[in-house]
Amino acid sequence: MNPRCAIVDEAIDADALRRLVGGDAAGAYVAFEGRVRDHHQGRSVTGLDYQAHRTLAERELATILAELHERFAIVDAACQHRVGALGVGEVAVVCAVAAAHREAAFAACRHLIDEVKRRVPIWKREHYPDAGARWIHD
Amino acid sequence: MRVELLYFAQLREQAGREREPVDTDAATLAELYAEIAARHGFDLPRERLRVAVGDAFCDWSQPLCAGDEVALIPPVSGG
Repeated sequence: MNPRCAIVDEAIDADALRRLVGGDAAGAYVAFEGRVRDHHQGRSVTGLDYQAHRTLAERELATILAELHERFAIVDAACQHRVGALGVGEVAVVCAVAAAHREAAFAACRHLIDEVKRRVPIWKREHYPDAGARWIHD
Repeated sequence: MRVELLYFAQLREQAGREREPVDTDAATLAELYAEIAARHGFDLPRERLRVAVGDAFCDWSQPLCAGDEVALIPPVSGG
């Protein structure tokens, strides 16, 4: 498992990712955490299940990171996404980018989470207070 | 020929299983989906799905080969 592009089953260690990605050449570090929120499209949400095609997802994360290095002047980047049952407030995904300067760090981190959400084979099922649940395929 | 199908999310619920071996005469991935969708009553049209063989995304027009591990990828919702 490459920690820079990993699907994990336990709570993501954001501090470990920061230490992994940071380096002496990086004057800027930007991280995004995606958390489970308590509502979606006007409905209350009590929790989420995340499911992944693990090997394809890790391969696609690696591809996205390689593209990130081509497109932005960054030193290093990483993304870890958790799968399994998560409660409201828990962290589902961390994207971390280190760069010499902040402009590239902010832009690359934004692009990284946007691409993860657009392309990586991971799905969430929302749980509702009435015990209903629905896979999100919008 | 025999191939292996992998199901995720809503397709996994509708198929009632994570994976299954399938014997098929389908020539392409698209033909395979038509067969499987009819069998399991999938209500997601092919246009809304992606398909992967092994660990690579593929075109639906790709010829099917014996032993392929075919993953049906419904619209994703990670992050």
